[in-house]
Amino acid sequence: MESPLHHFELHPIIPLTLLGFDISINKAILAMWVGLIVLFLVFRLAIRGGMKLIPGRLQSFAEMTLEFLLGMVTEYIGKEGKKYFPFIATLFLFLFSCNLIGLVPGSYTMTSQLVVTGAFAIFIFLMTLVIGFARHGLHFLGILVPPGIPKVLIPLMIPIEVISMLARPLTLAVRLFANMTAGHTLLGVLFGMALMAPLYIGWLPFGFTVVVNGLEIFIAFIQAYIFSLLTCVYISDALKLH
Amino acid sequence: MSNEVGALLGMALCSLGFLGAAIGIGLVFSKMIEAVGRQPNAEPKLTKFLWIGFAFVEQFGLFSFVIAILLMLKT
Repeated sequence: MESPLHHFELHPIIPLTLLGFDISINKAILAMWVGLIVLFLVFRLAIRGGMKLIPGRLQSFAEMTLEFLLGMVTEYIGKEGKKYFPFIATLFLFLFSCNLIGLVPGSYTMTSQLVVTGAFAIFIFLMTLVIGFARHGLHFLGILVPPGIPKVLIPLMIPIEVISMLARPLTLAVRLFANMTAGHTLLGVLFGMALMAPLYIGWLPFGFTVVVNGLEIFIAFIQAYIFSLLTCVYISDALKLH
Repeated sequence: MSNEVGALLGMALCSLGFLGAAIGIGLVFSKMIEAVGRQPNAEPKLTKFLWIGFAFVEQFGLFSFVIAILLMLKT
């Protein structure tokens, strides 16, 4: 039986190199493009023929999604959250479509690679640093001192706070990566068991695979929601300094 | 003890990490059921926190899965 991780391997379909970097087109890139095209079409076709005052089904679905995201942003960042709404909405929709397109048999989940989620997490961390320093100047380092502790404890608290600040992009990246990888590995192992067994036992792991597939769709949504929610929380931390 | 045996033993011990995640998920959902039992019309507000809490608790079990994968790739 092959290793359960063998379907995470990537082989180039159209090999391209740029200055020594391998940017060949492989299954992951194609899956990401298909996901993005579907996402774009959903929102573009929703306003086909102009936006109606009484929305039809697709337009009201698009409105519900954007209202949900706007509610999340204003709840955590406050009134100035509307400036960050396009970024958070793009982040959530891109992660959701990448997670979801990987559940189609034969395609690839982009977010199950640590480099992809790590790139997102590092970028968001740097963005919070830039926002904090732009808003507060050097006073932004006051984020490392939680309010209401006696002055004697501050030299002890600062290394702990620095470590917990640095752990934020790490856990953000590993959370999404581990959920996606674990889900797909579980599906691969279960379906391998269903194939190996004869038919009179093989229906049981097959049924379990169907159930876990449904759970994976739900986890795809939850993980994209948690990622964008934590981004909102970190941005509001940088803006308000507790 | 050779490298491979050590890696396999480490991977087996990592599966104990899911114990904490299982107990945590049980706690989160049992508190949710108790809260909805006390006040049924608080359910929409509490459902949002239920799924957020579930994702966080599940995460710690999956951290141990990541360590198991790292050990597997070491051999």
